[in-house]
Formats: sequence, structure tokens, C-alpha cells
Amino acid sequence: MSRTPQGFEASRPRTLAEKVWDDHVVRSDGEQPDLLYIDLHLLHEVTSPQAFDGLRQAGRKVRRTDLTIATEDHNTPTDNLFTIADPTSRKQIETLRANCEEFGVRIHSLGDAEQGVVHVVGPQLGLTQPGMTVVCGDSHTSTHGAFGSIAFGIGTSEVEHVLATQTLPQAKPKTMAVTVNGSLPEGVSAKDLILKIISITGTGGGKGHIVEYRGQAIEELSMEGRMTVCNMSIEWGAKAGLIAPDEKTFAYVEGRAHAPTGEDWDAAVEYWRSLRTDEDAEFDREIVIDAAELSPFVTWGTNPGQGIELAGAVPDPASFDDPIERTAAENALAYMGLEAGTPMREVDVDVVFLGSCTNGRIEDLRAAAEVIKGRKVADGVNMMVVPGSARVREQAMEEGLDKIFTEAGADWRFAGCSMCLGMNPDQLTPGQRAASTSNRNFEGRQGKGGRTHLVSPAVAAATAVAGSLAGPADL
Amino acid sequence: MEKVTTHTGTAAPLRRSNVDTDQIIPAVYLKRVTKTGFEDGLFAAWRDDPTFVLNQDAYRGVSILVTGTEFGTGSSREHAVWALKDFGFKAVIAPRFGDIFRGNSLKNGLLTVELPAEAVEALWDAVEADPSLEVTVDLVDREVRAGERTWAFEFDDFARWRLMEGLDDVALTLRDEDRIAAFESNREAWRPRTLPSAA
Ligand code: SF4
Repeated sequence: MSRTPQGFEASRPRTLAEKVWDDHVVRSDGEQPDLLYIDLHLLHEVTSPQAFDGLRQAGRKVRRTDLTIATEDHNTPTDNLFTIADPTSRKQIETLRANCEEFGVRIHSLGDAEQGVVHVVGPQLGLTQPGMTVVCGDSHTSTHGAFGSIAFGIGTSEVEHVLATQTLPQAKPKTMAVTVNGSLPEGVSAKDLILKIISITGTGGGKGHIVEYRGQAIEELSMEGRMTVCNMSIEWGAKAGLIAPDEKTFAYVEGRAHAPTGEDWDAAVEYWRSLRTDEDAEFDREIVIDAAELSPFVTWGTNPGQGIELAGAVPDPASFDDPIERTAAENALAYMGLEAGTPMREVDVDVVFLGSCTNGRIEDLRAAAEVIKGRKVADGVNMMVVPGSARVREQAMEEGLDKIFTEAGADWRFAGCSMCLGMNPDQLTPGQRAASTSNRNFEGRQGKGGRTHLVSPAVAAATAVAGSLAGPADL
Repeated sequence: MEKVTTHTGTAAPLRRSNVDTDQIIPAVYLKRVTKTGFEDGLFAAWRDDPTFVLNQDAYRGVSILVTGTEFGTGSSREHAVWALKDFGFKAVIAPRFGDIFRGNSLKNGLLTVELPAEAVEALWDAVEADPSLEVTVDLVDREVRAGERTWAFEFDDFARWRLMEGLDDVALTLRDEDRIAAFESNREAWRPRTLPSAA
């Protein structure tokens, strides 16, 4: 039983997701979808201009500027901070700045220490805390679920709705548990785990569900690792992914700029400790995975579910029983320029991209630096290292990681979404092949005609050295 | 918003699954700050290919897209819906859609209808055999009709009512403003704020 500050008294065992949901219900009448209160609304330049326009046309204000924050990330250049060469990109950034100014929204612009990919900025400021509802006009908002929050991406109409009302009407999703038993083997990371999960479920497997990741391997992950896992929940179609907060979560939040202090901290932690799935609570679905069986995992196709062990080979489309999957595999191999049966380790790459809201945090840079230290990026390979935020960049430089990367011959850049999506100048050219720590290997995602293999930071670094897909153990 | 009840038009068969939002509209086309003018980005990577279905004369003027499963997975970009609408689509039929895309389409009056894979296959065959075949997507009776055939589909009651009435979500929610205010007055004081004090 848990009693919350909103006075909700539960009469039956509930999952973590249900508890957080119940604590945010403004209206639940059984006819309309529940109206949920939103604790934190993150904004960036791409999905917000039309929302602000809508407010303006209706003569509305931002209801809670104190629960809203903006940053610039998708369009920003990463080779310099101040020259946005493309006029349409510049216009979008300028529009965001003008809108934030007009409506009184806090913004972290290029050059600011807190500028960076929106999902890196929220946690680093301590704005992302357990038991919250977090939304953003960006599908990878699920990242914030790592703190035990319900966090999900919304479209521009919904951005406008949240700006105007600080709420969202939402049909209650179903719940699912992904239990990862045992410990991840040495050299296997959170990224390998989530890529494996998606390969099992397919891109639509989580549809309509809030997923709770649990079990020993999840508990053993760092906060960064948990963010990586939750980040990619959307890649298997889940509404959101979350992980119960624990001492690691509290330690991560404590002392950050927006963390509660003093008595508030005690009150917050007391509440946060109640955010666990009750023992007898039932999930609508459950998946169980044995961590011991996992190994480094990479994608071969054009959706994140088309993945295989690094030790494996490009699958033969004929091996898929399902005709839809078979056709999808045929299309993917044609686009990717791959032959069935080719060992993944023999796939040469032109570009290595280390960064994004999936793997652009300090721990990810450390993991890659450890592999690449004292080694060289292979001839003909361009390795780009793009910290997830200006703050991560600064911290990495304090630790000397930038030197490790530049001495290896990698390109050390400024923070932003960069090559995660082909919107800013960092793009693949047609036919170029990349090993990328980002989250989407869709056709053209990293630039028209570009070919993407999703990998972990350690595999990215080893691949940069080897020139073909490789793990640290291969060097 | 315009009221949406029933739509009849010709349909294009897009025989692909997993058409993600990056395929519907690549990121380079997302830079506009307006809500219109996105039709040039629709399926941009495929539009150079003369054999692509929307480039074929037979499918000129279509207003219904019939496509494979997991349509609209991926990013939250509402631009994907705007691009389809700007191009002239009123309805999309697929076995399954990405959640955010489906939500976005409902906000913009683009009908997204889920039919089983067999029905989609049958529709593909039918509009390939006769591109001028009229297809009706009827939200009132919750069915798709083409030639002699009819397929029922499920559609959430509330979402259907909202579409049929052409209601604006923000205005609907603001009818409950007192409840929002009451909720706010009960919120824990330690919840984080982005600004020093409430605006
Ligand atoms: S890093 Fe990539 S996935 Fe993350 S917000 Fe930016 S574009 Fe989206």
C-alpha cells in the first residue's frame, strides 16, 4: 500500500509504472483518456516552432515556464559553436530563441555550459528525478525512465498542449516486465543488451506498453547504462521504459543543480523509495533474459531489430519464416550493400560515430577511450567523437579523454545530435558505411544513402582501430 | 480542426513494411518553422525512382495510402503527418502503426486505420488490378469498403468522437482547468523547477 502526497490510496498491488501514473492523474473518468500532469517538459528547435505558433494564434501563454526548459541540439554544428551555415537550420534555432524569449522559457543556447542533446541535459542538471512524468517532442524521451519516471516522446500538437495546460490526455498503457537475470559478461554493455532485446521482440514488440527493466543485470548497470537501455525502448515500439530507482539513482541525483536539498531531499527520498513494483503486482506481459548468454551485439539491417552477435554473420533472408521479415531482410541487405553469410567482423567501415543521447555521456566516452588509448584509428576511417552535452565535453577534457581521442587520430567535436540524424552538417555521403553508437539504422538516417551499423561505445572504438566491425577483444 | 467522418478516394499500394518516419520524411526536410509545405519531403529518398508507386501516372491524385505493418515507427516528428496531408492523403491503412505517429495523425485529422495483413494484401491486389478503384474509409461505421468487399476496423470511441466533432484538444482540456489548478496546489514542494520561482 502506498499513500502519496496526492492522497491516492492503492487497494491492490501495483507496478512501478502504475504508481507513477496514479500519482499524476488530474482526471480519470473512464470515458476520456486520463489527464496526466506533466512534471518536466523539454524543448528543442525541431518540434517546437509550430507549437509556439499555435499558442500565439490562440492567444495562450506557457502555463508553467518553471517546468519547461529548452536547448539547441538537432541542427547545431559540432565543428564550431557559432556559425550555422545552413540558413534553414539557423532559422529554426533563431525561432526557438525568439519563442523562449517571448514566452519566458529558460533556454541553453550554443556556447552555454548546459547546452547539448536534450536527454543528456535533463539528467545532468538534476531536473530528471524519480517518480516524474517527463515529455519532449522527441521519441527518445524514454531515456529519462532510467530514473524511475514515466517519460515519453510526443508530437508537436502535444507539445502545444503541454505548453498550454501542463497536462496531456493519455490512454493508460499496458505494463510489461523485461527481467534480465544474472550478470552481463565482461565486455558486454548496456547497448549490447538493449540491441539484443530489440532483436528478440522486433520493432513493434513493445507497442502499447510501459516496460519495466528489472533483474540483477539491470540493477548492476550504472545510471548511464540504464539511460542507454531506456533510451532505446522506443526502438521496439514501447510507450516508455523505466527502471526502479535505487541508491545508485539517489546518488546520481544528489548534489546536482536542481536536486532537492535538506528536508526536501529527505522527503523526496522517502517518496522515491516507495517507487518499486509491489511484490504481487502483475504485468500484462513478461520477457525473461539470461544475461550470461549475451555477447557484443551489432545491427546488420535497416531497423534496430535487425541485429546479431558481433561473432555472427549477415543472415540469409531465406532463413526468415515470416514473409514480411524475409522481404524486409532482402530490402535491408540491398540497401546496406551486404551479402548473406559475410561474417560481421569482415564488414569494413568508413566512419565511426561516438555520441548521441544513447551513448554520448561521460561513461560512454570513457569506455571508448579505454579501448582506443595508445592505439590509432585505421587509415581511411573517420572517427567522430561528439559529447552529448557541453558539460560532458568539459568533464571529458578534465579527464584528458579528448587527448586520448585526438592522439589516436579521432576528431574531437562540440556537443549536439551530430551524425545521429542527417539534419546538421555531420552526415554520411551515399554509400558510406558507419559504425554508430546512436539508436537508429534507418535508411538515410545519418545522411541520404548512408549505411549504419548500431554498436556500443567499446565496439565503436575497436572498430575505428580495426577498420572493420570489431570488439576490444579482437585488437 | 476539420471534422472527419468518411472519405472516399483512390488508393496507392505501398508494398513495404517498417516504413519509419525517416522514410516518410528525412530529417533534412524538417527545418521549416511552418505547418505546411512538407509535401516535397514525403518519401524523398524514393521519389527519384520512376517506378515508385507515387510516381506512376495511374496513381496520380490518390488520397489513401495502403501500406505494410509498422508504418510510422521511429521519431516523434509530426512533420511525417503534415507531409502526408500536404501531399493529399486523407487516410492511411496498415496492419499496425507506430504509436506516436498514430497519435499525431489523429491530432491532424489524418485517418489511420488498422486492418489485418490479409485485408491489406487484398487491397493491394485490388488497387493494383484497378488503380481507379474507389476505396471508402468510413469512420462513422468503422469500416473500409472497396468494390464488393468490406472490412470492419476498430477505432477508439473517444478518438473517433473527437475526430467526428473536429474538437481541439487544448480547448477540451481547459474545460478541466480547475482540476489542473487543484492538482497543482497539492504538488510536492520539492519537485524540481527550471526557474527560481513559479511564473
Ligand atoms: S541524439 Fe539522436 S536520437 Fe537523441 S535527440 Fe538527438 S537526434 Fe534524437
